[in-house]
Amino acid sequence: MTPASADTATIAPPALVNIQVDGRWVQVPKGTRVIEAVSEHGTFVPHYCYHPKLSSPGNCRMCLIEFGSPKMGPDRKPILGADGHPETSWIPRPQICCSTDVAEGMAYRSHSPLIDECRKGVMEFLLINHPLDCTICDQAGECHLQEYSVEFGQADSRFLEEKVKKPKKVDLGPRIVLDDERCIMCSRCIRFTQEIAHDDALGFTERGSHTVLTAFPGRPFANNYTLNTVDLCPVGALTSKDFRFKMRVWFLKQTSSICTSCGTGCNTTIGSREDKVFRQTPRENNEVNSEWMCDHGRLNFHFLQDENRLIQPLARQSDGSRKAVAMKRAVEEAAAQLRQFKPDEIAVIASARMTNEELYLAGKLIRTLGVTMFDVVARPQTADGILVSADGNPNTHGARLMKVASDDPGRYIPIIVRKVNDGGIRALVCLGEDAAACGVTHEVLATLPCVISLAVLPNATTRAATVLLPGAGFTEKRGSMINVKGRLQRLNRAVEIPEGAGDDWEILRDLIAALGGGNGIYTIEELFKQAAVDAPALAGLSLSKIGDLGVDLKDKLTA
Amino acid sequence: MSSTVKQPHPRERRLIFKNIDRPGWSTDISAFLADGGYEDLKKGLSMSRADVITEVKTSQLRGRGGAGFGCGMKWGFIRPDEKKPVYLICNADESEPGTFKDRYILHQDPHQLLEGMILSCFAVNARLAYIYIRGEFPQAAKIVERALAEARQHGFLGQNILGSGFDLEIYVHRGAGAYICGEETGLIESLEGKRAYPRIKPPYFPAVLGLYQCPTIVNNVETLCNVKHIVRMGGAEFAKIGRPNNTGTRLLCVSGDVRRPGYFEFDCGGITMGELLYDICGGPKEGRKFKAIIPGGSSAKVMRADEVYKIKVKQPDGSMGEKQIAFNDVIIDFDNLAAAGTMAGSGGVIVMDDTRDMVWALNNINAFYAHESCGQCTPCREGSLWMQKITDRMVAGIGVDQDPKTLVTVANNIAGRTICALGEACAWPTQSFIDKFPEEFAAHAQNHVPHSARTAADVLAPDRAVSLSH
Repeated sequence: MTPASADTATIAPPALVNIQVDGRWVQVPKGTRVIEAVSEHGTFVPHYCYHPKLSSPGNCRMCLIEFGSPKMGPDRKPILGADGHPETSWIPRPQICCSTDVAEGMAYRSHSPLIDECRKGVMEFLLINHPLDCTICDQAGECHLQEYSVEFGQADSRFLEEKVKKPKKVDLGPRIVLDDERCIMCSRCIRFTQEIAHDDALGFTERGSHTVLTAFPGRPFANNYTLNTVDLCPVGALTSKDFRFKMRVWFLKQTSSICTSCGTGCNTTIGSREDKVFRQTPRENNEVNSEWMCDHGRLNFHFLQDENRLIQPLARQSDGSRKAVAMKRAVEEAAAQLRQFKPDEIAVIASARMTNEELYLAGKLIRTLGVTMFDVVARPQTADGILVSADGNPNTHGARLMKVASDDPGRYIPIIVRKVNDGGIRALVCLGEDAAACGVTHEVLATLPCVISLAVLPNATTRAATVLLPGAGFTEKRGSMINVKGRLQRLNRAVEIPEGAGDDWEILRDLIAALGGGNGIYTIEELFKQAAVDAPALAGLSLSKIGDLGVDLKDKLTA
Repeated sequence: MSSTVKQPHPRERRLIFKNIDRPGWSTDISAFLADGGYEDLKKGLSMSRADVITEVKTSQLRGRGGAGFGCGMKWGFIRPDEKKPVYLICNADESEPGTFKDRYILHQDPHQLLEGMILSCFAVNARLAYIYIRGEFPQAAKIVERALAEARQHGFLGQNILGSGFDLEIYVHRGAGAYICGEETGLIESLEGKRAYPRIKPPYFPAVLGLYQCPTIVNNVETLCNVKHIVRMGGAEFAKIGRPNNTGTRLLCVSGDVRRPGYFEFDCGGITMGELLYDICGGPKEGRKFKAIIPGGSSAKVMRADEVYKIKVKQPDGSMGEKQIAFNDVIIDFDNLAAAGTMAGSGGVIVMDDTRDMVWALNNINAFYAHESCGQCTPCREGSLWMQKITDRMVAGIGVDQDPKTLVTVANNIAGRTICALGEACAWPTQSFIDKFPEEFAAHAQNHVPHSARTAADVLAPDRAVSLSH
């Protein structure tokens, strides 16, 4: 080692580089994007087009900062200053920091009169042709133009000209509306749909300030990921037909949860106000869904707000009529009915859409009743290679773990159905599933002496139920699920269960207790703890320990 | 090619334009061969690649497209042991307003270009090359296609050219009519079949990540023609033409308010502005005076005909001194025009006399750049149209006091902050016109509208029957 390099005590270990950020020398991992390094070690660098999960076109010019390179001596080695760090020679021209990675000895300055002027200039350019219709814009409250205007813009307008007129209310596809005048042409949506959704569906036409975002003529923007472009759009150009004009975003309560529409378990934020869900948006989890979710999953919460939602427990009377009863009475009635049958006359059709906690109780119910005919309904589907899983159920692993399903979930359902249709099984417990959809005929369902149905929406089983127990939806409950990759994740309650319906785990607990098999469990935390005793994969965990990003149980599940 | 063809001026040196408007000349390969054509190709192919590059470096040839970047240095970016394919692209997207030199080469001497191009491809080891011809040159495309077919027939293209072992194919690619396709990375995108959005540099320097992410050399038509003559003469001999660092000849396209506009070829730095405008081009029209000259295509900063430039010069003792040079004495080459605060650019000399309104002239240029801004990055996309709209208004007689200041700050917010040089191209005219002719802009601005004007409605007062075309 030469003396010159030996006294450079700051030489970084491999994979780290020394950089100067706003006057301070720091070490950051090699390969870090400059914008990330400066935002982390200096101050936040505003940007529109840059997105860490997409390619960097460098088109918005909002992230211009000053770059400096090490001053080189005649020996072509950096000239070191008194602090042992290279002296900096600043590049006079501002540079975008979203498209280059950090390099050894480089200096970055995100605050200077030049940079303030650059940002002010870009903000002014972006706003001169912007309609400034914030009062009626859905993006208001989460708009980067608004945010950066406060911090980096100016209050005065110097623009005396007429704004460029562009298409408004463009119907881009079944779920997306575009306002071309609001578009700042950052191209995030174009890049997302090319790079992530693998659908080259969007592009720019026209030129210069007249540039418009558009889809191909006659080909609607309709892939299963279009709504992610609404999230990505930094302004109010792309809006969701489902959400637009429904609610100002600042009134929305944000609840971290997960999507239950397939086995992927995309992490979500549920936006609700006064016990009504208004939207579901993806929440970043690089182990699961990056920052995206499919349109199907995102919009699959409306069924819980359907006008036909089941909210009245019913119990069949001796005269065959069904009578509205209180939940407590309904549960007692269910227990009383089930007691009339021998274990081999009863079957339980459970659901891999239930939480681990519910499935644990379902397992307990099965064993309390001594039932041998039970399984969950499988939902095989075609995976899309992006997020949609081949498993349409969100918690198949949980069903196996709680011993409600075998290693081949759903294989007993046809046997159960045959036995029901043949008359061998006369009492059916359907937990979140419809026996008719599994193949039990309507005629047989109507004549079964005992059908206990726990459900949220009406179906053939609920209509034939001798006891109907209205349950809760995924936005209304707490609990956990394990996705197809073996990740334990948490559901959180965004809205209250509608009046009259009950929380599934409490209904199951009470049913087990009414059958004489219960011990008092009063909270879902206790329930999780108890489940962990029987399912060692959950040992040492709790709902709070799962956290917002989940816990990987893959190895424990296979062990 | 009629008999009324203008003879070259005695002061011209016709190297590249030797055959332009030459009596008896045709674009047939037979004419070119009879004149010693493709002999330089034979010579070049007998040399090593490194030697050809050395000759080009020795020649100090600078790019003729506008930026004046050293051709040999550009070629030097290609690694001799490059494993990826290397591409060479001839930029024939001549679109800079005021420039019409490449057009003459394409129309009248396509084989000169091909010979220079084949030599250049050999030097950088490109086996596939493209000539990107702007959409507005349909005739040129036809002529070049025919020349390519002839060259193929004669074995100057294809496999094992002249037994040298070197294979090369050249294709013509037509643009669709966008100025931005002349920007080299925009051109590459266009060639790849995409919108001609210029690429960000870094990382997409063409010599490193160019066409199809492979090393690519993009050279102007005139630059590539020069290579033929460098191979013939040798780099050292070529460098004797012109001035140090400004070698070879320079094609100038003079348009506007002169008695004899047209194309000329002089030794680079062999002529002054005064000589060009008065001796060669016959001076101003009857009863008029020269007022403003744009020396290198519309994006170059405008010069005032009555201006005296303070130019920094190196004294014999090595220190820097200052010298006063009147406009007429400014030497036309890369370095002298740069010292005068403008650029040699594309060689398009646009002359305006005292009948021209500078606000109108700037508005004309602004309208061009606003129309041609690709729209990819914010400052140029929004700023170019804004500048046009302000000058639209000033020309229409409804300027406001703050217009000149707004124009300059808008231009300042574009220059140096965009992805490509179109930012500078659209900002420099505004910056320089207002800097050089403040009185005319002030006059337009102080027209009628009060300083208190805050909105378009204030400006476009209902009693004014003025219609603006945007």
